[in-house]
Amino acid sequence: MDRGLARVLFVDLSRHRFWLEERPELFRDRLGGTGVGIELLHERCPKGVEPLAPENPIVFAVGPLTALFPLASKTVALFKSPHTGNLGESHCGGRSALAIRLAGYGAIVIQGRSELPVYLVITEAGVAFRDARALWGLSSSFTVGRIIREREGGAGLRTILRIGRAGENLVTYANVVAESYRHFGRLGLGAVLGSKNLKAVVIAGRGRIPVANRANYNRLYKELFDKAVGSELLKKYHDLGTPQNVRPLNAIGALPVRNLAAGRYVGEPPFTGEFLAERYLGRRLACAGCPVACIHLAALREPYPAEPYFYKTTFVSYDYEPIYSLGTMLGGEDPEGYLKLMDVVEHLGLDAMSCGVVLAWVTEAFQRGLVGERETGGLLPRWGHYPVYIEMVRRIAERQGEFYDLLAQGVDRAAQRYGGEEFALAFGGNEMAGYHTGPGAYLTLLSGARHSHLDSAGYSCDQQDLRAGRKRAPEELARTLFSEEARRQVLASLVICFFARGLYDLPTCGRCLSALGEPWDEEALLALGEDILRRKYEFKVREGFSLPALRIPKRISEIPTPLGPLTEGELRRGLAELERLLSPSQG
Amino acid sequence: MPGRLSVVDVERCVDCLLCAFACSRRFGEGGVARSAIAVRSVGGMERGFVVVVCRACSDPPCAAACPVGAIRKAGVGVRVDLEKCIGCGMCVQACPIGAVFWDEERGKPVICVHCGLCASFCPHGVLAFQEVAGG
Repeated sequence: MDRGLARVLFVDLSRHRFWLEERPELFRDRLGGTGVGIELLHERCPKGVEPLAPENPIVFAVGPLTALFPLASKTVALFKSPHTGNLGESHCGGRSALAIRLAGYGAIVIQGRSELPVYLVITEAGVAFRDARALWGLSSSFTVGRIIREREGGAGLRTILRIGRAGENLVTYANVVAESYRHFGRLGLGAVLGSKNLKAVVIAGRGRIPVANRANYNRLYKELFDKAVGSELLKKYHDLGTPQNVRPLNAIGALPVRNLAAGRYVGEPPFTGEFLAERYLGRRLACAGCPVACIHLAALREPYPAEPYFYKTTFVSYDYEPIYSLGTMLGGEDPEGYLKLMDVVEHLGLDAMSCGVVLAWVTEAFQRGLVGERETGGLLPRWGHYPVYIEMVRRIAERQGEFYDLLAQGVDRAAQRYGGEEFALAFGGNEMAGYHTGPGAYLTLLSGARHSHLDSAGYSCDQQDLRAGRKRAPEELARTLFSEEARRQVLASLVICFFARGLYDLPTCGRCLSALGEPWDEEALLALGEDILRRKYEFKVREGFSLPALRIPKRISEIPTPLGPLTEGELRRGLAELERLLSPSQG
Repeated sequence: MPGRLSVVDVERCVDCLLCAFACSRRFGEGGVARSAIAVRSVGGMERGFVVVVCRACSDPPCAAACPVGAIRKAGVGVRVDLEKCIGCGMCVQACPIGAVFWDEERGKPVICVHCGLCASFCPHGVLAFQEVAGG
């Protein structure tokens, strides 16, 4: 194994110190990424710690395939989430993973709280603590990136991870932005950085990674590259990107519209991938090491109202999930309104998905009279009216007044105070993803280790079942989701982008590891995946999590899915089976 | 057949860096420590990229600047004689496009040899390896 991978860099922000620990056994046994990360979290995160306390660690981890194989482009972050009060896990691409690996680290653990705002510069030589007082309070996360990019020279591959105002103000779903258009999006890592007075982390490296079997490595790289480039995957995610999902999900009635008052638009939705590409697509980007280039930037040309013939062009990244949360969930009809809202959300550094679901809840709660102008500070939210939404997210990021302060903590908290829990669309404390496909989607959101649609992709099972004209028993569905989530733990340990899950089946993962001199077979990888999943569940139970205690909002049963109406009972049956599978005695 | 590496359409570049990684794989290693090609953003990723690589000058300033004659002009581009090279870095200073890279570990320059490997891993038609008449 490359010795660099086994190096864990520890940073103590309270004392502005750092040190290295060599952990070869940890990386040998748990590969890297999420497998290593959850162990470091078990070690370093005190039981019951307040997520915004200095003791809450942030673990960044990469894996043995990082910087060596195509689409091995992600960094895993683990922490205790201020949003759910439990396990926080978020994945980010950009240049982050390659920069960490080429700087010579497998993982970085950040603890403590700096007395003054700082940003960190991490290189092979260690950590520099830079004064960030002049960066604190800047209105845009983009500006922070530009300033640091100019100030910090340095050759090689570099990532700049930073927070916006939302992170500074500890909005529990504040994100961390990388390379302007990529994110550690979900579960509030931005607030954890904010709580540590940590404005940004710059990581740069240009180390070389030795490979055990060069001929095998080169051959395998070529094989995977050719497969990736020749696959439907590349075409699908390169051409239209994830927004290609808008049209098919609308067609089957699985696209949440107006806080899930409906599952489709009548007629063509205004934000299809096809329409956005034709009208707005300005540039595509890739994460470092990935040939797909799924990142799509819209070029939004806007006139300055007071000056004739004067325009500004803004680049706004768009993806399926933000289109759902800030577009369809808000009953949007106007793509430019959506793009402008998305742009503001990016500058403030908020998770677009949670943010959209919060705004959707506000709109419905306002319509139903649960909250009024007194709470909203005179703003009148209504479906598709973007100027009001833009003002609302500004107030959320600033936590202005009691109402916006609660909205800054997600729909669960807001609904506990004002009512409307039956249409507060969060699962395990995390706002839902854009798939009203059937029981699989919701079982994933409820049971997934990070309450993300990507944990076990139940939305995909639902769509398979729809095509096949069948419906699985909840227990069978639960077992499928458990296996899939276990398999994804392996990918997230190596660390491979989940878009490449078709390319990297477990035998292929084993062949990649063999070329690096690490013998792993399919069976061992699968066992590891299950074990990692149980270790996460163990952490969650330690921190007070209970599957049977999860709240299931009524709204999801009121609107039929493409697989028919949902019942709470079938979801509870699925959860009971998942609880059995996740219990330590099954391991 | 000798060939020359060309940046044919930089607007198509997505910053995947597969070219830089391919270059280091010549040595059977990961990373970009010994890559002779780099991609940089032009003031923010939304504004696009530049691909920095040797353009095979007909009168290469790097060769002219070398005080020990370690860089000589080849059919296409230049070749560095690493035995002769004293690691002074004059070639790096001399190249106005920044295409002389530096191998920190060895303290020697890295310059594209126009083998074309990177072009074969460029998925989006930014790079091309074109045959050169007469070599």
